[in-house]
Amino acid sequence: MIKNDGNALISIHGLKVYFDLGGGTIFDKITGGSKVKRVVKAVDGVSLEIQNGETLGLVGESGCGKSTLGRALLRLTEPTGGQVFYNGKDLAHLSQSEMREQRKNLQMIFQDPYASLNPRMTVGQIIGEPLETFKLAKGKAIHDRVKDLMETVGLSSRFVQRFPHEFSGGQRQRIGIARALAVDPDFIVADEPISALDVSIQAQIMNLMERLQKAKDLTYLFISHDLRAVRHVSDRVAVMYLGKIVELADAKIIYADPLMPYTKALISAVPVPDPEIESVRERIVLQGDVPSPINPPKGCRFHMRCPYKISACTEVEPQLVEIKPNHFAACIRISPEQPDIDKVRANEAPGLQSN
Amino acid sequence: MENQSAILEVSNLKTYFNTEDGVVKAVDGISFVLKRGETLGIVGESGSGKSVTNLSILRLIPTPPGKIVDGKVNFHGQDILLLPQEEVRKIRGKRIAMIFQDPMTSLNPFMKISKQLMEITQLHLGYTKAQAYEHAIKMLDTVGIPDARSRVDNYPHEFSGGMRQRVMIAMALSCEPELLIADEPTTALDVTIQAQILELIKKLKADTGTSVILITHDLGVVAGMTDKIIVMYAGKVFEQAPTKELFATPANPYTKGLLKSVPDPAHEEGQDLYQIPGLPPDVAHLPPGCPFAPRCERAKDICRSEYPPFVQINKNHNSLCHFAREVYAESLQERGSQE
Repeated sequence: MIKNDGNALISIHGLKVYFDLGGGTIFDKITGGSKVKRVVKAVDGVSLEIQNGETLGLVGESGCGKSTLGRALLRLTEPTGGQVFYNGKDLAHLSQSEMREQRKNLQMIFQDPYASLNPRMTVGQIIGEPLETFKLAKGKAIHDRVKDLMETVGLSSRFVQRFPHEFSGGQRQRIGIARALAVDPDFIVADEPISALDVSIQAQIMNLMERLQKAKDLTYLFISHDLRAVRHVSDRVAVMYLGKIVELADAKIIYADPLMPYTKALISAVPVPDPEIESVRERIVLQGDVPSPINPPKGCRFHMRCPYKISACTEVEPQLVEIKPNHFAACIRISPEQPDIDKVRANEAPGLQSN
Repeated sequence: MENQSAILEVSNLKTYFNTEDGVVKAVDGISFVLKRGETLGIVGESGSGKSVTNLSILRLIPTPPGKIVDGKVNFHGQDILLLPQEEVRKIRGKRIAMIFQDPMTSLNPFMKISKQLMEITQLHLGYTKAQAYEHAIKMLDTVGIPDARSRVDNYPHEFSGGMRQRVMIAMALSCEPELLIADEPTTALDVTIQAQILELIKKLKADTGTSVILITHDLGVVAGMTDKIIVMYAGKVFEQAPTKELFATPANPYTKGLLKSVPDPAHEEGQDLYQIPGLPPDVAHLPPGCPFAPRCERAKDICRSEYPPFVQINKNHNSLCHFAREVYAESLQERGSQE
């Protein structure tokens, strides 16, 4: 069994989440269903360490499995395989009641502030509910704590009797954050917490999350498709593609000097709010869409869209290798000796030797 | 009088909605001129009136509760707002086409892609079925759908989000419109797909010379795509300027705030992101004076009591603010110290 190395708050080993779509049974043959068994490999062998007090950004296109990964950490979606260590306990193999106990320390902020709050509960009830379920406070103490939490996230405690529909999107997201903070967690999975908000409100929520992190010593997994936002809030960034982590590095480094062709394309696709840069910038435009995770392509999962593809890419599945210090990438066309893919000669795959 | 090359001239357009909360002035006095081949960006947060402006241009405002109460929309010198319904219908989809935000809901799920594309050319250009079918394939090919001939008879659910948006663009461009209105065309898409769609719109624009109105909340998108920009807030034009000038020397505190609140890799390092305080306004209950005053850090007494003037900074640059000239001078100075 692999132990925590002290500094990692969460360490994930070979986490897998598969969804069975059925097919391949006699019943399917009779009713004309799929002839083969179809399995969506949403998360397919992810290993990651999340350090105490850091914000790990997780980026990727829709359908790459980033939300599923976040949910699987908290067992909101049951993992199919692998381990998630937190405080020496393997979260993936705890019983339901043991896991429930752990949720005091592990919380989540959801994307849609309209759908994640019960419309029939007042703000006070919503924020106070976790305190009651975990028996952390009673009676008036709950009331005081709720007011305290509301002020912490920048909501006036006068609104305690109001219902979610009386608030704007940004304010609702603040309610969601207050609810997550109620149990005083160590670790929060924030799944696209700002995507549904207006630009001016996004900045408010990002600043609030950073302030809370400093004040309460929180660790975040910040999941988003907005690369500009992720860069701003994260210490390290992991890039996900079709169920796998393909690159992992310091936030500044991954943006300034991405190694993987996919990361390069992803970063170059983000429009910059500066017309002078935009007019001269060269953009790598990827062809095609993200392939279906039902039958992911053999070899490197990105090879169908990759401008640097060679024949070996269609066969060898690349491993996440430390190419530069603390900079990991999964690509056979680069190696620690030759990290710059543009300098690698045609048809060579230096990464194959080190595998 | 009329500018020769102007294809669209909107003046003092006002669209109000009657609601239980009172009259919502969704669009309150908007004017702009769009020339042939030009791209105009309209930027604003939700509820700022950017979509209503464009629905008004095509007379697609549901009446009641909405009503265009004032203004002119001159398209080639002809006021669309005064035309009878049948005439407007001849313009819609043929001479002015629109792409909507959500490609998932804007296509009919029960109709084959081919049929949806054929409807337009059969209606507007009088194509026969065979002609329209060939044209549909040609259009899908133009927008980069691989193997268009075999995909044309698919249903929308068989296409991915990016491909559906391509179908929407193919549909919009079928009759070679003179004006294309794209309402948040890439908001629902992933960044890599967004890049594809933006490149496509750019290329088609270069090929056909169509004028484009691009509505978005993403300042990055307008920076690379447009010639000039309108910034809207609470149904009003807050600032109007050529793209480069707007980004370099904004003359309105709201624009400045918006520009600063986008994370910029070049500048910040460990510091807080600039945030505009407060919430977008309730358009039904606007405060007297400047609608942005409650959120503006430089608001003075005059801002809370008097409606601000639309100050002309130079020929193409206007800003709705009591202190527009001061803000502009400040931006110029900041610009100077950066270089």
